[in-house]
Amino acid sequence: MKTAVLVFPGSNCDRDLAVALEAVTGTAPAMVWHGESELPAGTALVAVPGGFSYGDYLRSGAIAARSPIMRAVVEAADKGLPVLGVCNGFQVLTEAGLLPGALMRNGGLNFVCRDVALTVENGDSAFTRRYATGETIRVPVAHHDGNYFADDATLDRLEGEGRVAFRYGETVNGSARGIAGLLNDRGNVLGMMPHPERRIETAHGGDDGRRLFEGLVEAVGA
Amino acid sequence: MKLQIFVTLKPGVLDPQGRAIHHALGSLGFAGVDDVRAGKVFEMEVADDTDDAAIDAMCRQLLANTVIENYRVVKA
Repeated sequence: MKTAVLVFPGSNCDRDLAVALEAVTGTAPAMVWHGESELPAGTALVAVPGGFSYGDYLRSGAIAARSPIMRAVVEAADKGLPVLGVCNGFQVLTEAGLLPGALMRNGGLNFVCRDVALTVENGDSAFTRRYATGETIRVPVAHHDGNYFADDATLDRLEGEGRVAFRYGETVNGSARGIAGLLNDRGNVLGMMPHPERRIETAHGGDDGRRLFEGLVEAVGA
Repeated sequence: MKLQIFVTLKPGVLDPQGRAIHHALGSLGFAGVDDVRAGKVFEMEVADDTDDAAIDAMCRQLLANTVIENYRVVKA
């Protein structure tokens, strides 16, 4: 299965995502530079990595969201291509309009870097099918701008449509309704602040994140 | 033409940075500060014939995130 990981100036989790994707697909993903205007032919899944794209200038993810490769990603996502955005990748996806709302400075103003408990709120998506709804997993977060914001009407709609994929099981960053991960309306785009790609080996602190990639590969391959 | 574009958080959107600055002003002994909201100013030099629709598009597409922010354009 052909996958692609985007790389922006300042991305720093691109290699972690590549390791996770290669571990579950058996094939190294294409690393696609932000200046490219097309995804490699046959790309079945795009991952947008964490980091500090463009130094977080203007707003986290704002400049990356307007890069040439993101125009191609938005177009492909609109046609149903699965897109996973982690951490800065989530910020990029909201700035690009693929997901609603915005990620603001953490409520406590601190950079939060630790393992957190996440509740799987929707175990039926392409991204979460290997988890049970209601299950608690532990995955690390490492971010300064993870405080999810949307107006109440939008939040009610997202909850009603089952689009909250993951919710924090503890106080982390002031995120509205504890939202940690969000799906788009057709379920082919997931943005999440926690880093599943950092939990794919028990030797590296746990493998609670691995099933996300396994489930996704299964869903895309099916 | 010189432009100043002010980008500020919408009313009702919590501003942790403004709150921290407010607190720091209090620590310095400044009394009577009721509220602080942090924002951004962009000072731009644009062609004289740049129309308002183009300036508005710049604000909407990049300078402000209209989910959380308002913007105000001042022509100097």
